[in-house]
Formats: sequence, C-alpha cells, structure tokens
Amino acid sequence: MSSNIYDFSTLTGSIHASLSGMMSSGWVTFTELVLVGLIFLTFYALIGLFLVYLERKVCAIMQNRIGPNRVGKWGIIQTIADLIKLLLKELIPIRKSDKLLFNLAPFIVIVTTFLGLAILPFAKGLQAIDFNIGVFYVMAVSSLGVVGILLAGWSSNSKYSLIGAIRSGAQIVSYELSVGLSLLAIVVFSGTMQLSGIVESQADGWWIFKGHIPAFISFVIFLVASTAEINRGPFDLAEAESELTAGFHTEYSGIKFAFFFLAEYMNMFIVAALGATLFLGGWMPFHIGNWEGFNHIMNFIPSAVWFISKTFFIILIIMWFKWTFPRLRIDQLLTLEWKYLLPISLFNIVLIAFIVLMGWHF
Amino acid sequence: MSEEILKDVIVGENEDYIINMGPQHPSTHGVLRFEVCLKGETVKYLIPHIGYIHRGIEKMCEANTYQQLIHLTDRMDYLSAHMNNEAVCLCVEDALQVEVPERVKYIRTILDELNRLASHQLWWCAFGMDLGALTSFFYGLRDREHILDIFEESFGSRLLHSFVTPGGLMHDVHPNFQKRVKEFITYFRKKLPEYDQLLTGNIIFQNRVKDIGYMSRETAISYGVTGPSGRGSGYSCDVRKIAPYGAYDKVQFNEILETGGDTFARYKVRVAEMWESMNIIEQLIDNIPEGDFTAKMKPIIKLPPGEYFRRVETARGELAVYVVSDGNKTPYRMKFRTPNFSNLFVMNTLTAGHKIADMIAISGSLDLVIPDIDR
Amino acid sequence: MLNRQELTDIIRAFEPETEFPEGTQLLEAIVPAEKLFALVEKLTSDTKTAFNYLISLTAVDFTTHMTVVYHLDSTEFRHLIVLKSLLSDRENPKTDSLTALYATAEFFEREVFDLFGIRFNNHPNLKRLFLEDDYGYPLRKDFRDEVNIIER
Repeated sequence: MSSNIYDFSTLTGSIHASLSGMMSSGWVTFTELVLVGLIFLTFYALIGLFLVYLERKVCAIMQNRIGPNRVGKWGIIQTIADLIKLLLKELIPIRKSDKLLFNLAPFIVIVTTFLGLAILPFAKGLQAIDFNIGVFYVMAVSSLGVVGILLAGWSSNSKYSLIGAIRSGAQIVSYELSVGLSLLAIVVFSGTMQLSGIVESQADGWWIFKGHIPAFISFVIFLVASTAEINRGPFDLAEAESELTAGFHTEYSGIKFAFFFLAEYMNMFIVAALGATLFLGGWMPFHIGNWEGFNHIMNFIPSAVWFISKTFFIILIIMWFKWTFPRLRIDQLLTLEWKYLLPISLFNIVLIAFIVLMGWHF
Repeated sequence: MSEEILKDVIVGENEDYIINMGPQHPSTHGVLRFEVCLKGETVKYLIPHIGYIHRGIEKMCEANTYQQLIHLTDRMDYLSAHMNNEAVCLCVEDALQVEVPERVKYIRTILDELNRLASHQLWWCAFGMDLGALTSFFYGLRDREHILDIFEESFGSRLLHSFVTPGGLMHDVHPNFQKRVKEFITYFRKKLPEYDQLLTGNIIFQNRVKDIGYMSRETAISYGVTGPSGRGSGYSCDVRKIAPYGAYDKVQFNEILETGGDTFARYKVRVAEMWESMNIIEQLIDNIPEGDFTAKMKPIIKLPPGEYFRRVETARGELAVYVVSDGNKTPYRMKFRTPNFSNLFVMNTLTAGHKIADMIAISGSLDLVIPDIDR
Repeated sequence: MLNRQELTDIIRAFEPETEFPEGTQLLEAIVPAEKLFALVEKLTSDTKTAFNYLISLTAVDFTTHMTVVYHLDSTEFRHLIVLKSLLSDRENPKTDSLTALYATAEFFEREVFDLFGIRFNNHPNLKRLFLEDDYGYPLRKDFRDEVNIIER
C-alpha cells in the first residue's frame, strides 16, 4: 500500500555508503553527526522564524487587520529584523542573582526542545533517531523543560519571577499526566512505542478514524493538555501582560529572552508534530482501508508534504485557541486538569484497552 | 503623598505581603495606584491611591466663563464627554430659565446615546482584553470607529467635541448626520450579536466573572455607586428616568436592572444598555424637528446670584453639577460630583477575599475612568 | 414623595434651629454645625423621609466663613434636599463626619479636607487625597501660589 511513497532511507543509505568509501567508520559517524546537527540547527532557526511570523499574521487576520507587511514582501523579513534587534540589546545583569543558574536556564530550555525534535519522523525514512521507546523518550525529554523554567524564576532573585515560575511549574507538571495518558492511548492501539512503527500502523487509515470515539477523546485531551504544557493560549496566566508580572522570564533581556521565546514556539511545533504523528498519521497519506486505487493516488503527494500540512493544521488550531478565549485563572486551570481531564483520560485508557482486546476498532 | 514610599515587598508577620499595582499598568485604564495586601494569592485588602492626574478643574472653572468651562468638562470623563458638557449647559439653562428649541433637545439626546454606545463599546473591548481574549479589543474598536467618524464629520473632533453650549448647540449638524446614523444603527445591530458569541456565552469567560465581586444593593447605595455598576445590583438609579432631560420623556426605553450583583450582572447590564441605546436613537433619528439650533443668548452669560444643581446620566453613572454664582460672568464655585469617584472606593469591599486575577475583572466591570476621579 | 413644605416642617420638627433661605432652586436648610450629625441621623432613619443616598458633600469658601454643603436624596421617594452648615473658624474649621451613616462620605470628606482644610471629627482615615502634605488648601479664596497660578 505504501509502495510508491519515496523512501528517504535510500538517500541516507547512499550518503552513508559514499562516506564509508572515503573514510574510516569512526570518522563516518562523526561526519554524519556533524551533518545532522547542522541540518537540525538550520531547520530549528528557520522554523522558529517562520512560526513567529505565522503567529503574527494569523493573529492579525483573526483581529481584522493585516499584520506585518512593510519589512520585505508581505513582511517576511520582519522576524529577522526583530531577531537582529534582540541580538543587539544589552544583557542586563541582575544584582545578587545566581549567575551560573541565571545563564544556564535558557540553555536548558533550548536543549530540551532540540532533544524533542530529534525523534520526529519528517518523512518516510527521514528520522534522526528511531528508538523503540520513542514515545517514552519524548515524554521524558519534555519534562526536563520544567527544570529550566524553575531555575529561571528562582535565579532571577525577584519575588514576581518566582511566583510566575512556580505557577508555570505547577501547571506543566500537572498537565504532563494528561498528555502522557493521551499518547498512551495510541500506544495501546498500535502496540508499539516506536514512532516509525506507529506511523506504519496507520497505513490503512489514521488512528483518529480507526480508533473512532476513544481516539477522538484522546485527541481532544491531547490538544488541551499540550496547549497548557507549552504555556500558551488560554493557559498563559504565568506570563500574561495584564496580570502582575511577566512571569519567569521577566528579568531576561536580549538573546536569553530570545531563547525562551524561540523555545516556546519550537515546543509548539514539537507538540503539534507529535499529535500529527500519533493521531493523524504522521507522513502517511490519507488512506481508506483497502481502497487500493484511492490509496495509490494519495501516495503521489510526497510524505513530507503530508507531515508538514498536518503539523501546521494543529499549529493553527493552537493559535486559534490563544486569540479567541479569555485566560483561565490558576486555580481554575489546575481544577480542569485534576478534576476533569485526568479522570476522563484514565477512563479512556481502560476503555481503549477493552476495545483493543475485543478487536472493536478498525 | 510624601509619606507613602512605594513599597516593593514587605513580609508581615502572618505572611502577608504588599504589592503595588503602580500608576502605570496596562489594566488599570489610567493612572491609578492600587496597594494590594495579599496572603498567597488572596487579596486581604486594597487601597487605591489617586491624584496622579489631578488638574484642579474645579479651581480652573472659577476663572473661566461658562462657555469656556465647557471645554474643561470634556476632559473629566473623556469617554462620555458629551454628557459632561450637557450637564453644565442644563444647569446654566435652568438658572437663566431659558427654553431651548425642540431640535436642540432631540440632537442632544441622540448624541448622548451615541456617546453612551461608543463608551460601552470601548469598555467591552478593554474588559475582554484584560481577561485575555485579545481579539475582543479589535471587534469593539472596529465598530467604534464608525461612531467616531460620524462625530468627526459633524463636529470636527472624534472624542472631545464640546459641541453643546448654554442655549443650544455651537452650530447645526452636518446634512449627512441623519443618514449616517441610520446606516450605523443598521450595521451595528448585525454586529452586536457577535459580541455575545465571542465573550458572553464562553464558559471560560463565565467562570472568570460569575460570583466574583458581589455587591449588594445596600452597599451600592451607601457607597453611592450609580450607573450600570449600581444597576447590576438591582439599584434603580437611572437619572434619565428619575429626572428626565432632553428628549428622554418622549421616548420609550427600559431601565436595565439585574439582581445578580456580581461582575457578570454588571457585564450584562452594559451589553443590554447598548441595545437600549440603539432603540432610543432609532426612535429619535427620523423625527428631529426643524428649527433653530440655539436659543437667543447674550454673549456674556451671568447667572443670577444663587446656587443651582443639576444631574445627568453619563455612561458610568450620575454626574451632578453644583454651581454657586455671585452674579459675575465666572462661577464662584463649581463642584462636579463625578460617578467614578464613588464607584472606585467600593473596590476594597468587592475584592476582599478574591484572587489577584479577580481584581482585574472587578475593576474592569466597574468601568473606571481615572481623570473623572481626580478632576 | 414629600413636597417642600412638608419637608420643611419635618426638618424644623427634628431640629428647631434650622434656617430656610427663600427663593432657592432646591429646599435648603442651614443647620448649626454641632447639630448636623443628629439631624442627618434622624433624616436617614425616619421612614417618611428615608434619606439614604448622599449625592455630594462639598464645601464653599465665602471669605468670612466656609460652608459645608450636603446634597441628600432618597432612593425610595426621590425628594432632594440641601443641608448646609456654616463654619466661621478659618484657622481650624471642624465639623462632624457622616462616615457612620454613609460609606461614601469618608472619601468626600477626605477631598474637602484636602482642598479646604476642614477637619472632620470621628473620621476613620483623615488623610489628603490628591495633593502632597505640604501643599496648602487650594480651593480657599486666599490661596496664593506664585509658581503655578497666574492671577489677572
């Protein structure tokens, strides 16, 4: 069924073969690591810049205005101009702050998003690391982000930053449970935690359709909980401008603030990509069961295009949340998780296990 | 102000700490300082500090003639500038016992209601923005621009027009006025349901405003809270019904009362008042009588010695003007009893026991305009 | 709703020393400063008058004396009266506070203290409202400020 989808492993295999012909295997590994690192750095920067621009345009269209349109054609160079401005800003050192932790915190946040990027299957055969515990790895790595936030708030030596950081920390730790349980739902359906395996299992239809009601419930919970995880949308009390403080990154300026800012957008990309991979089929085109002709036609659209469009579909939904809804108060936020989302997720998991045992899914 | 040093954080004995929501803050809608004593996330008490924009308008009025001081009254509650102007004009016209032409009354009432609409639109968009629904800001402003365009065409100024003068109007309205107002009403009737779709029915919004900041009717009367904030607690205080002026006795309109007393009730009162304003304008706009745009007045206005009192309903409550005249061309003493002054000081009673995020919602629902408090 | 004559009779019955000036727009009653609190208390508690709404509390400086002016209204009957009390002591003017009867009086009285210098007995928190502590009392007629005010 997925026979005529171009497999990137032929490309990566040929690169590996030509490198092996030129140097010894240790050097080959080293060169490949450097290559992959450079590609990811570029990708990270480009996607980050593009997402910031996209957010501004989407927000503007929802608010009945145009958005950036002066700097470059359609304003596409706007983000680069903002980046140059941020790089030129003065890095204000804080008196009596813990300098090592203060400078370390943005790096921790950026590194965890990098680690999260590594696992994503961008197209058939195009995946940096393909663990057999892929989903588990992603959950573990995203939890490291909390450490960066708490360190940022604590080391700023400001009561307002500390309040914001503790609120953020509580929020993220709570919502990780719901994210984990909703990802677990798809793991139960597909029987494997390896991300390439999960995508392959969707060759006859995406899990959101095959798993009907429980998979849909999981998808909705995943959207809500991951918006809260990344401190966005109606759950951004910790960094809201019209509340008392600007949250844990109040005291950061210049490039360090740019790191937090960029990390937030990359987190959004990772979360959307994860949702697209597990629920919407990743790079797998839209197949319907055994309709060979239809599936064959769908395969003509490249897999990378499928992946990118699904990811951006979820990103648009997340952006839509932010610009429509008012903010939740911190106690309402935690009530939502502990009293509503968590029981529903637990019940859903039991239901899915039952359905898989009975074979009642497609 | 000298003994009040801006306290950053003071840790008290029982873990209370005092935070300043300083004069510059995106949510306080003006220069107002709140000194908030918090225990954890809960507010124990709240002290507002005012005076940052005190310009001495009452003292300045003592040096200006009656036609000149109309321009000062604009600057008090700038969002209902026309009602402020009209209050002074009505007071002077009562004192001189001048009868203004019917045309003037109709046009003044239509402008009152347009101004009330514009003010409530701005309140709505800022309220949504404070709670985090950033798109509501643009919805409200998009529609408000239509009203401001009408004002600009007829009066030359968008916000502070000072169009009325004792005896009538400064000049007649633009010939397009009637047509443009009717077009606006037709347009806005279709847009106002969008406001309800965006905010009123939203469950997140309702959780932020229901049962927050309960004000009983007795508290409202005791603190002198009038306007939509008072009507949200079931206190019937509409001056347009108690002491009608202009063309208000010739139109049918309801006084919107809600008994909830919480932030959501005050919100609903204001949204419903927008519908009522459109009804009033519709009843008047087709029937403006022809005639003069002003009564015959002497160029220098001198009120007979004595004291005069008049009240009007601005978008925020009851504005009362009290003039003491000794027969000269400038008043001896002019006192403005402004609605926001009384509305502000009920904040402590409403906020005690709620969280910081609720304080923003409560102050947004009271719809404070700070220059009105300080004068 | 009571008319002017009935209100005059009721007030005179509560406090015989009031004077009622003629020819005013609203019913005015000039009460001696010491008797004011008792009169207002009776007016608020009496069910026929029920003056539960203090519209405005302000002061006027006539150069020989200062007058504190109270506009009272009833939310039930909507009859409006004006009470005044004359204070002839310009050095240290004092009168009673109405904070116990109306919560809003606390802030009107702070404003009067700020702008005129009139002190109110039994006020819970008599501090200035708008201006600095050493500014003087601007709305008095003998207030001079060479820096900020230009006199013609």
